[in-house]
Amino acid sequence: MSARDWQGLSISAVLLALAACLPLLGDDYYLTIGVTIAMYTVLATSWALFSGPTHYISLATAAFFGLGTYCTALGIENGLSYWMTLPIAAVLGALVAGLVGIATLRLSGVYFVIFTLGLSELVRQIVTWAQNVSGQKGLYVLTEITEAHIYWQLLGLGALVYLAGWAIGRSRLGFALRIIGDDEEVARHSGINTARAKVLLFMVSGATASVVGGMLAPRYIYIEPSTAFTPMLSFLVVIMALLGGVGRLWGPIVGVIPFTLLWEAISASFPNQTTLLLGFSFLVIVYLLPRGFVGLLEGLRRRVLQREAYA
Amino acid sequence: MNRRTILGTVAALTLATGLAGTALAQDTLKIGAVGPKTGPLAGGAEVSFWPNVQLWAHDVNAAGGIDVGGTKYMVEIIEYDDQTNPGETIKAVQRLATQDKADFVLAPYSTGLNIASAPIFQRYGYPMITHTAISDQIEDLSNKFPNMYFLLGGATGLAGGVVEVLSDMREAGEIGSTVAMVNVADAFGIELAEAARPRMAEAGFEIVYDNSYPLGTQDLSPVIKGAKAAEPDAFVAFSYPPDTFGLTEQAKIAGLAPKAFYTAVATAFPAYAGRFGAAAEGVLGAGGIHADGDAFKEYAARHMEVTGQAPDFWASAPTYASFQILQMAIEGAGTTDREKVAEYIADNSFDTIIGPIDWDENNANAKYWTVGQWQGGVFKGVASTGRDGAVAAMPKTGWE
Repeated sequence: MSARDWQGLSISAVLLALAACLPLLGDDYYLTIGVTIAMYTVLATSWALFSGPTHYISLATAAFFGLGTYCTALGIENGLSYWMTLPIAAVLGALVAGLVGIATLRLSGVYFVIFTLGLSELVRQIVTWAQNVSGQKGLYVLTEITEAHIYWQLLGLGALVYLAGWAIGRSRLGFALRIIGDDEEVARHSGINTARAKVLLFMVSGATASVVGGMLAPRYIYIEPSTAFTPMLSFLVVIMALLGGVGRLWGPIVGVIPFTLLWEAISASFPNQTTLLLGFSFLVIVYLLPRGFVGLLEGLRRRVLQREAYA
Repeated sequence: MNRRTILGTVAALTLATGLAGTALAQDTLKIGAVGPKTGPLAGGAEVSFWPNVQLWAHDVNAAGGIDVGGTKYMVEIIEYDDQTNPGETIKAVQRLATQDKADFVLAPYSTGLNIASAPIFQRYGYPMITHTAISDQIEDLSNKFPNMYFLLGGATGLAGGVVEVLSDMREAGEIGSTVAMVNVADAFGIELAEAARPRMAEAGFEIVYDNSYPLGTQDLSPVIKGAKAAEPDAFVAFSYPPDTFGLTEQAKIAGLAPKAFYTAVATAFPAYAGRFGAAAEGVLGAGGIHADGDAFKEYAARHMEVTGQAPDFWASAPTYASFQILQMAIEGAGTTDREKVAEYIADNSFDTIIGPIDWDENNANAKYWTVGQWQGGVFKGVASTGRDGAVAAMPKTGWE
């Protein structure tokens, strides 16, 4: 590892430590927003791990999230400890992602997008059907887990995702994915097993979203399909990741933070026009920031460097 | 008037309103209201929840405010849209507690959103009198959240009410013993169907057609055709708002017209009679109210006048009653100290527009309406678990 890598790692560690202090401030309102930011950061970053290099837009986040939520809820109801349910959620998420990946990652473009959107609906219908057959109703997750615990867990998971992303970025797998993203034909001709590479990354992304769902279950307490599998979640994750920029590992978080704060400001000040203003902000984002904040920052940096070069 | 006088007047006015504002601020109670204005449950909340928030604030302020130990406090409502998303409900209640410093927060709308925000109500000591939470885990919930109260009843009672009404009709010789039963495959529909099956069997009813359909099904004609083929004496659907309308429409078209026709949620909405007109006559549905009582009539008239829409015949009045209870508890305790108010709620019974309310050992109201029926353009309560004013159910005579 180069000195630059160490520098990056230590900066990240310091930032993480700072973020971990948030619950100690004692302000529950900031903590609640912190949980939202942490949740979307993990989801958007893990989404970008897969979709960033491959350009496959996945709308399946809600499917995996809901899967994890149900995994934790059912596990606790059947006497498992909470900590046991998280790895189970991860394995289950990875398995489903693997199966789905094998079946669909040969699809490309819009077909893949539609399939992933359908997937969360499919999983939701299966869960509902299972409930109907078993007579099982909404699930209750009554635990002693507080928001601060959830926040710290999400931070820990976020750190893992960053490490994984960093490791993948410099592995053969990461290199293969970048080639696939540039031109899948070329990748195949160079002897890259494109399907395997894509499926592997999709599994990482699915497992992460599933664990996030599991971690959030104690927060929602009452779990039902309509809240666990809300399609809105998938869209928000994509929008936040795109707002940040998916070309860099730290891109999504630069999108998540301003977006969550903007959302909060809109919900607090205009409770009757949330959806309208939200749609309006999407338009602004798409028109003014097509490459996300990462693109904006890098453009600025380039301009500054150029000016220095002239001077 | 020259410019200077105008400026002077404006300045004086600003000053005056500013002063009035500060004077007002001291005599105002901030009350938070969180519920869906968008998302899947917005439709229901626009009928049962939001108009009552508006009406209650209007009623309180028109009467000069809430009397707290001799001082009158006007109420100021701070509304937030939770987009039918529990994460947003949590955020909004948190925001009300810490940023807006709300004195009290009204219970949110629907089972899931209430339960998700219960820990925050608990943490800040807000009494939580739920008006639209229906749960089979009331005991666990009230143990964990002692500030939580339940007004609307439970699935067991609602399903039991249906069986009771059918039994009465059979005894009167109006129907036989065969029942076609369908349910929407979603939480509440499943719960009601599960609760109804054993009770039907126990009462000697034979379920000749038992089916379910997914939430959001557009084409309900196969369901109705299947039910019709079974030639039942009674049709019972544990349905949600969109399918309540869909099933009724299809039954009309297919000519499924048993003497007892029941659809669940939203049958009690004024929009149901609005859509089906005279054909709604005799339809049974979940909920009900003592619609002929003066308390309800007076409330419905005020509701119409203030909000421009009619209340529904199930959750509307209990929603308003839950706000009334909060108000009575603040006045009774003579303080805005939440702990004392919560104590007062636990220790007292309340006389509300839906009649007297007292709590069982699980902080639940054990006496609630279970089944109603459209009779003469009004949805009247026909069965309850102990409320006064039930009328007899009458057999339905076709769709004309």
